[in-house]
Amino acid sequence: MTDFAIELAGISKRFGAVQANRDVTMHIAKGSIHGIIGENGAGKSTLMSILYGYYQADGGSIRVNGQEVRIRNSQEAIRLGIGMVHQHFMLVDTFTVLENIVLGAEGGLLLKQGMEQARAHLLQLNRDYSLEVDPDALVGELGVGLQQRVEILKALYRGADVLILDEPTAVLTPQEADHLFCILRALREQGKTVILITHKLREVMDITDAVTVMRAGTVVGNVRTAEVDKEKLADLMVGRKVSLKVDKAERLPGAAVLEVRDLNLTDARGVKLLDGLNFQVRAGEIVGIAGVSGNGQSELLEVLAGMVEPSSGEVRYHDQDLLLEKSSQPRAALYRQKGIAHVPEDRSREGLVKSFPMFENAILGYHNDKTISRRGLFSRQALLARTRDFIRQFDIRPDNAQLRVGLLSGGNQQKVVLAREIHANPDLLLIGQPTRGVDIGAIEFIHRRLVELRDAGKAILLVSVELEEILALSDRILVMAGGQISGEVAAKEADTLSLGLLMGGHKQ
Amino acid sequence: MKFGQPSTLPRWAQLSVLPVLNLLAALLVTGFVTWLIGEDPWECLQLLVSGAFGSGEGIGYTLFYTTGFIFTGLAVATAFHAGLFNIGGEGQAYLAGLGVTLVVLAFDHTLPPLVLVPLCILAAMGFGAAWAFIPGWLQAKRGSHIVVTTIMFNFIAYSLMLYLISHHLIEAGSQNPTTREFGQAAWIPALHQLAAGVGIALPNTPLNLTFIMALLACVLFYLLVWHSRWGFQLRTVGVNESAARYAGINVSKTIMLAMCISGALSGFAAINELLGSTHRMNVSFTNGVGFVGIAVALMGRNHPVGIILSALLFGGLTQGGLELSFEKPVITREMIIFIQGLIILFCGALENLFEPFIAGLFKRKEDK
Ligand SMILES: Nc1ncnc2c1ncn2[C@@H]1O[C@H](COP(=O)(O)OP(=O)(O)OP(=O)(O)O)[C@@H](O)[C@H]1O
Ligand SMILES: [Mg+2]
Repeated sequence: MTDFAIELAGISKRFGAVQANRDVTMHIAKGSIHGIIGENGAGKSTLMSILYGYYQADGGSIRVNGQEVRIRNSQEAIRLGIGMVHQHFMLVDTFTVLENIVLGAEGGLLLKQGMEQARAHLLQLNRDYSLEVDPDALVGELGVGLQQRVEILKALYRGADVLILDEPTAVLTPQEADHLFCILRALREQGKTVILITHKLREVMDITDAVTVMRAGTVVGNVRTAEVDKEKLADLMVGRKVSLKVDKAERLPGAAVLEVRDLNLTDARGVKLLDGLNFQVRAGEIVGIAGVSGNGQSELLEVLAGMVEPSSGEVRYHDQDLLLEKSSQPRAALYRQKGIAHVPEDRSREGLVKSFPMFENAILGYHNDKTISRRGLFSRQALLARTRDFIRQFDIRPDNAQLRVGLLSGGNQQKVVLAREIHANPDLLLIGQPTRGVDIGAIEFIHRRLVELRDAGKAILLVSVELEEILALSDRILVMAGGQISGEVAAKEADTLSLGLLMGGHKQ
Repeated sequence: MKFGQPSTLPRWAQLSVLPVLNLLAALLVTGFVTWLIGEDPWECLQLLVSGAFGSGEGIGYTLFYTTGFIFTGLAVATAFHAGLFNIGGEGQAYLAGLGVTLVVLAFDHTLPPLVLVPLCILAAMGFGAAWAFIPGWLQAKRGSHIVVTTIMFNFIAYSLMLYLISHHLIEAGSQNPTTREFGQAAWIPALHQLAAGVGIALPNTPLNLTFIMALLACVLFYLLVWHSRWGFQLRTVGVNESAARYAGINVSKTIMLAMCISGALSGFAAINELLGSTHRMNVSFTNGVGFVGIAVALMGRNHPVGIILSALLFGGLTQGGLELSFEKPVITREMIIFIQGLIILFCGALENLFEPFIAGLFKRKEDK
């Protein structure tokens, strides 16, 4: 008989009209990596929040190491050896790694003594799991990948035997993800149990021992990873065949919609974030920008969307230099009016206002549209109608236009942003990480929509850290490294290897 | 309840059961203190309530105080929706009083009421807005924290007004720091006068037309904040500045405008007091109306309906408290302020004190 670290039996949870979990039963073996997959809104995060004590289940029972327990809050979860790495990190930016880890577990009245012990312990953990985190680095200055490792350290430091990771790779580069998996394997070797939520089937196949598939709040399958393949999992998850390839016909692009000349951006410290960029995006073409994140892609999108002023250069849109335009409104509003839509990389910070209902988020940035207000007041009818349209077209769940967007699952939030920006029928679509945190069924759908837009003669500039996505969608690929374009490849000739070299900064 | 965890209570209970319980808790503590100083709490409560609501006259005064609190409450709420904590309602109302006084002293013998009063209102709004604009500008353009600057501006306003009244605006030959009485053209009619015009007899109180304006302002506030484009921008800036930038909203303009509107609303408190009641300006005419506005907005959750209700509570407390201290000399004005403080403490700072308990009750009921 296997030993189980966690046994969930008959867990149910409802939020108002939404049954987020219905009679969920699963067993997680000690010392295993257990994957949980399922469509957006299937109830994965909710289930883990219950296990971590954020929510109380309406019914069902939880056993930890065979003992029936009630977990009323996250302190109790921690005491039971359950740790969670949140998708939005809960770290204090101005503290060092060590301070962050000790925070709340200082141990003893005198800080100094506790700190010494903590440092020793931390270095030990660092070695055991090859985390490679500098205890004295300021957290605010670390990249996402490292911050995530600090979160893992924090959980381990508090004695976690079971580690929950909710979509940890959504924000990571492939290299960082690989490193994370090394760490997870090391954890497993030491007898720790890992619960991994992800939308990436490749990761599930690579690293998990067993998988639970959820759909609409229920468990639809418990399988051993060795006994399935990607197609089978996709099938279980979505309940239909999913094509993981994008059908895209050959198409001749039209005139240049966007042309960037000698674009430079220097930050306050004199660091060149964008360094002499020159490129075009033509009508009916998807140009993909590949690169390790943090090499200027985000800044490029922000400059093109009018949110950041470049230091020098030209941004020509339909043959006008946008930077010379004078307007009383902010650039971002002006650009949008001219037909430039923008799906920001960071949807929860920029693309949405989480405390607003869906119908208000459906007009964010388009709130000046004549069609939705009458005499200065919004027409609630028009807003709701538009939102219901989005819900129907993009299959946003739950289909409640009045719901606060923050309560939607991650993938459904992304759909709200996409629906809004595509609805604007832009000439140029700037799109960052379109499928971050989105389930495979929805990825298929979003990719199809983007290709449709391209076929309708729109220009699309796509930034993604997912090489597969770039390869699947782009007609042309630009690679960015260190704020420069290190190379350009036609999609047909591109492969992961050559792109990887360019991403490392090797110029063509 | 832990911070950040969503409440499990239904919304209606959050909005009704909790405030009532908080209010009761505040009264309980007050009753205990009253008992400590040797008075009968129950009798005092009766005196307080009947003083505020027991007679037509009491109600009139209560609503008069309520009027000022509604305006300063709305003022705080406007700024709050833009993510700004405007502590400066007091100073803004003060300066608005200056605007009103200057207009009245210059024109009350030449202009007819129908021109003069609107002019005074514009002056009040303008002066209040201007006094709020400076901290707003400093916040938007220079990053100076609005809480600090508005507090400072209250002090500056107070000193400035003290100087102006005692050196320049003081009535010739008067010993008191007040202006001369305003000409009748500048008086806003009291409701009892208007009612008498149509043959209804109301008790003689300072309750005046400004009260109607306050109710109208609540409707306007609601439409503006939740149904207009501008309100949408205001709230977006208030909760997520990055999203506002992304959406092409001019953040600093929105902040400055929000402060101006906030200041203009505070200005109406001066109208209520100067043109509706005292008909002259003295040094202490604001009497804390701006500060109570903070509590009113906090308790009213920045929503006009809540603001009306909590303004009524504070209005009643002010009026009933005056009556009470008249009857019971031990209960001083300070004691009333102490009660106000307790209410603010329980309803504002400790608003979720009883949440887990009530949530437990609800849960048990559902389980059955
Ligand atoms: N606090 C809440 N109030 C109301 N509904 C909620 C709340 N939390 C979650 N939900 C709803 O419960 C359902 C399950 O959400 P959950 O976040 O668990 O999904 P998920 O499987 O993690 O999806 P994703 O892959 O998109 O992250 C969704 O329909 C969501 O809108
Ligand atoms: Mg989730």
